[in-house]
Amino acid sequence: MNSLTNRKKVLESKQMNFWERIYLPAIINGLSITMKHFFKKRTTIYYPEEKRTFSENFRGLHSLKRDENGAERCTACGLCALSCPAEAITMTAAERKPGEEHLYREEKYASVYEINMLRCIFCGFCEEACPKAAIYLDGDIAKAGYIRDEFIFGKDKLTEPVIK
Amino acid sequence: MDIAFIIEKLILISAILGISLVIAMYTTLAERKFAGFFQDRVGPNRAGPWGLLQPLADGVKLFTKEEIIPTNANTFLFVLGPSLSMFTACITTAVIPWGQDLFLFGRQISLQVADINVGVLYVFGVVSLGVYGVMIGGWASNNKFSLLAAVRSASQNISYEIAMGLSIIALLMMTGTLSLREISEQQSGMNWNVFYQPLGFLIFMICSFAETNRTPFDLPECETELVGGHHTEYSSMKLGFYLFAEYINMFVSSAIMASLYFGGYNYPFMHLISNPNIAALLGVAVFFTKILLFIFFFIWVRWTVPRFRYDQLMKLGWKVLIPLAIVNIALTGAGILIFGK
Repeated sequence: MNSLTNRKKVLESKQMNFWERIYLPAIINGLSITMKHFFKKRTTIYYPEEKRTFSENFRGLHSLKRDENGAERCTACGLCALSCPAEAITMTAAERKPGEEHLYREEKYASVYEINMLRCIFCGFCEEACPKAAIYLDGDIAKAGYIRDEFIFGKDKLTEPVIK
Repeated sequence: MDIAFIIEKLILISAILGISLVIAMYTTLAERKFAGFFQDRVGPNRAGPWGLLQPLADGVKLFTKEEIIPTNANTFLFVLGPSLSMFTACITTAVIPWGQDLFLFGRQISLQVADINVGVLYVFGVVSLGVYGVMIGGWASNNKFSLLAAVRSASQNISYEIAMGLSIIALLMMTGTLSLREISEQQSGMNWNVFYQPLGFLIFMICSFAETNRTPFDLPECETELVGGHHTEYSSMKLGFYLFAEYINMFVSSAIMASLYFGGYNYPFMHLISNPNIAALLGVAVFFTKILLFIFFFIWVRWTVPRFRYDQLMKLGWKVLIPLAIVNIALTGAGILIFGK
């Protein structure tokens, strides 16, 4: 039967010759290999001080975007929560009051918007689903924490700061 | 036996003890650091610059850990095990000649704690005692696995001691003395024993690896397979003693290898230096360089060679090293007869 790959390697057990049996040449060979690695350049990235540059389409922490006037774009339609395969997003909608036009772009907005970062799988479906271009996964790596409550990110952590 | 003599020896003893402890301490760091380098990593680098405070942090950690003595363990023997291990590791340094005599304050100061005429024999006696630390610790734990590991490591140490002793006999036939100082003096300049006894040195070195429980002979610990070994039940600084004793043993066996085979404190062109004090201090520096190179070699081998299987270990010890050592004795005898060394 022909093998399916060209990587097939027939192993045969043969007697080791004298030089192979005394092991010392093999050990010296191994020592030289490890010594080569000793002087190799380290590939380590010293993480907290030094960060690997992310690729263009890296999906990091979410941010809720504002429009050019600094008003929140999110209109609490719930499409992101609907598209979320991990069911990590919850939100409460509220109606915009007169005089709040500079805060919220549409008449309806999310008064509560929470993402559970322990559930989130950073798939980016919320970003794709959003009709208002209000959510993007353009942030940093999700931070570690000691208690579960720290991982529920509300609007205070998600909304991007107002650009003055 | 005057007061100056006692003070001189006290200073020497505390200096040697301190130096060997500090070297053992930093060998733990070097091991981890070099392990990183050999594997293209950087090793511990957070405690202090380049991780230099890491051994201190480890020490503090071990001291502050909870100390557990198993209920059914024999408390006295349980404590005795690591203490004996540490004690035997430390006392071997007494007979090692660290350098030539110094001339200070009109006195001739010998850089050796005790120049006994059975130095090599003393070293072997102490090395054999080292087995008791492991054996007692493993047995006192009252744990089947600790006991098995202790039996295993005891049989390993005893097997390799025979080959070690036989390899040294060939050396003693050449030197004609058991005193480590005389052996060192005979190798002045580049007249090192390793050039006359390469096979003996190889056997001795392999046996030192086995005696210090280092890879490829680290079956007593075998951390990747067995969690621990004889020290499975130990915690806190008692565990620290066992681990630390291994590093002191590494230092001591490097020192013995350096002084028996690699000329000890001797270096080429040493007779050209007229001031005896400078020559002696340079000799001490050279001796420590040799020791550190051997320690580096120990670490290097550890991160290169995989562990032996137990039957391979026994086969190597009994069927290869002991016959080789006997052949080496015969060859040395023939060599002495023909060339009249």
